[in-house]
Amino acid sequence: MEDCLAKKMEITVSEAEKRTGRNAMNMQETYTAYLIETRSVESQSEGQCVPVDSLWRRYSEFELLRNYLSVTYPHIVVPPLPEKRADFVWHKLSADNMDPDFVERRRIGLENFLLRVASHPVLCQDKIFYSFLTQEGGWKEMVNETGFQLKADSRLKALNATFRVKNPDKRFTELKHYSDELQCVISHLLRVRARVADRLYGVYKVHGNYGRVFSEWSAIEKEMGDGLQSAGHHMDVYAASIDDILEEEEHYADQLKEYLFYAEALRAVCRKHELMQYDLEMAAQDLTSKKQQCEELATGTVRTFSLKGMTSKLFGQETPEQREAKIKVLEEQIQEGEEQLKSKNLEGRDFVKSAWADIERFKEQKNHDLKEALISYAVMQISMCKKGIQVWTNAKECFSKM
Amino acid sequence: DTSLTEVNSCIPSMPISPSSMTNQYKFEDGPELRDLFITVDDPESHITAIETFITYRVVTKTSRGEFDSSEYEVRRRYQDFLWLKSKLEEAHPTLIIPPLPEKFIMKGMVERFSDEFIETRRKALHKFLNRVADHPTLTFNEDFKIFLTAQAWELSSHKKQGPSLLSRMGQTVRAVASSVRGGVKNRPEMFAEMNNYMETFSQKINVLDKIAHRIYKEERDYFNEMKEYGPIHTLWSASEEDIADSLKGVASCIDKCCKATEKRMAGLSENLLPILHEYVLYSEILMGVLKRRDQIQSELDSKVDALASKKTEKDLFSEEIGKLEDKVECANNALKADWDRWKQNMQCDMRSTFTNVAENNLQYYEECLATWESFLASQTVDLHVEEDSEDRP
Repeated sequence: MEDCLAKKMEITVSEAEKRTGRNAMNMQETYTAYLIETRSVESQSEGQCVPVDSLWRRYSEFELLRNYLSVTYPHIVVPPLPEKRADFVWHKLSADNMDPDFVERRRIGLENFLLRVASHPVLCQDKIFYSFLTQEGGWKEMVNETGFQLKADSRLKALNATFRVKNPDKRFTELKHYSDELQCVISHLLRVRARVADRLYGVYKVHGNYGRVFSEWSAIEKEMGDGLQSAGHHMDVYAASIDDILEEEEHYADQLKEYLFYAEALRAVCRKHELMQYDLEMAAQDLTSKKQQCEELATGTVRTFSLKGMTSKLFGQETPEQREAKIKVLEEQIQEGEEQLKSKNLEGRDFVKSAWADIERFKEQKNHDLKEALISYAVMQISMCKKGIQVWTNAKECFSKM
Repeated sequence: DTSLTEVNSCIPSMPISPSSMTNQYKFEDGPELRDLFITVDDPESHITAIETFITYRVVTKTSRGEFDSSEYEVRRRYQDFLWLKSKLEEAHPTLIIPPLPEKFIMKGMVERFSDEFIETRRKALHKFLNRVADHPTLTFNEDFKIFLTAQAWELSSHKKQGPSLLSRMGQTVRAVASSVRGGVKNRPEMFAEMNNYMETFSQKINVLDKIAHRIYKEERDYFNEMKEYGPIHTLWSASEEDIADSLKGVASCIDKCCKATEKRMAGLSENLLPILHEYVLYSEILMGVLKRRDQIQSELDSKVDALASKKTEKDLFSEEIGKLEDKVECANNALKADWDRWKQNMQCDMRSTFTNVAENNLQYYEECLATWESFLASQTVDLHVEEDSEDRP
């Protein structure tokens, strides 16, 4: 990470704003725009006051950027964007994209995305990425001009390759299984976590009912009145405390979600490998069959079934000149094919090498981040327990004085 | 019977008799030595051609002179308890007779003879007898003594004597009717205050009872979700290498917290819920006692009114009125004394029950805290080890 962009430039997504505009079909739409602020780090260290550059981008532009990066660097595990729609929601949280809490968490997620790209040794050097951060107008056109959409592999082709490839690199097969398992287990975890959060919310809030009843009851009690009243107050505090606790936990859920989406990015790299491998296998197969055809024509033996062979049997052989011409064409094709195969092989090996290097980098990052996330979860639980202890200690004192 | 967890003693300095085989039960009436110990246990099912019913073993240990023996063991069924309660109400219409568990429980949808139902009932019956035993007047009631000591056939024949069920019902009907007719005209202020108090208290205790049940339900739902939460982390650890330990650690913490939640729930159902329920029943009983007092007074009032309009037979009336006046004064004094006693006990019960609830929650949070803190310690130790090894060239 010696010269990555993140070290030279401070990047933040500092604000989010609701906007209205007209969409492609000239219908009014509401969307959120995010303010990206950048500032050079180097000049700062010299004690100068450096101005902040800023521009507004909306989510769809982030998506465009990511699509561009995925297509242009298929051997890289490209960092994922935060979710488009609120998923794994428990009842109190809104699933509405315009909800301020959701927008806030998305702002953080987008900033995280930019920082991840900026700290990636390969991705941070991309010009389109740099322009995304610094060039307000004309960026979309610039991206489209790269013609990256043409380079994108069709989903159908990729699916076909997945089923038909014969000898993928074993490491990628294992990686694919891992990414499937990761996706499965994290989504299960997030679903249960949402239900647990829902129930926990219920437990805390129900205690809030004590407050009002204790207060009303204390009105008719002479000796117990004070104790009841103050205990009721503590129950209100207890019930209210869950809101902050669960909001913090939502950030933990977001950390897990990032890796849920990273699993998809891993899969994309595996798919690319499968595609390339399948391509290679097809090219090799094609070459072999051409060579065979050539041999058959040259020696006159028919070893493999071919329609041409049958028709020539039925309708008479071709002339030696025709055969010669065919052999020439085939020999040219074979030569081309062999060159192509060589370059495809090289491509494939390069891909595997560079992809695997990025995957190793990703694995280290993942282990570090997930471990930190688990630790932060423990810290949150500890804080929740401490708050509980404080409230119930106070309540106990009030009760014992009744 | 060590399975019963009673509330802590209200007077902590009270010595508990070492020979007592009963659980610690709080002393309601100041530092008097108890001389009557009662337990209710060992529910047994009896099946006859006509019906199925449960009997409970009632064991009494006493040092009182009026008891022929120092130890008794009898078996009683719920009907017998109902009989005892109605006899006590009859003998002391303005005393506060402790509540009995209800005949049926509608909302819980608990089966009539499920273990849970029987156990809840057993505990409540035990409480009932002990409350009677602790009451300065009721404890010496003759029917109470017979209930504790008579063999089954003796009790049956004794029950057949005395006023019939219908006449007893008549008493209550008349009491309710008189209050419906517009209440008592000259209700002394003290009892008017009691009535107001009881109306509010009754409302509040019912709401509290509902809240407590809601809390129990929410905690149970939370527990059920938590049960699934821990194992997912263990499952995940199977596909990881480097973070497998951390994941397993989190799984274990969640499982421990899950168990702690179960304990917290048990505390609620053993302590808070029965007490609140008992006081819901008590509030009904107290409203009934106040009505009966009113009825006794209205008897006097109507006679006084009748006297005012009569010209002759004044002497006869005055004698009757004198008797009624005594009756009213007795009833009022009895109720006043019992009311004060009841209030003291109620405060004591509420204080210790809610303190217990707070204590349960404290224990829960402290257990969870310890679990997570030890997990955190294990993780940061690893981190330091990693950092150290990185620093070395």
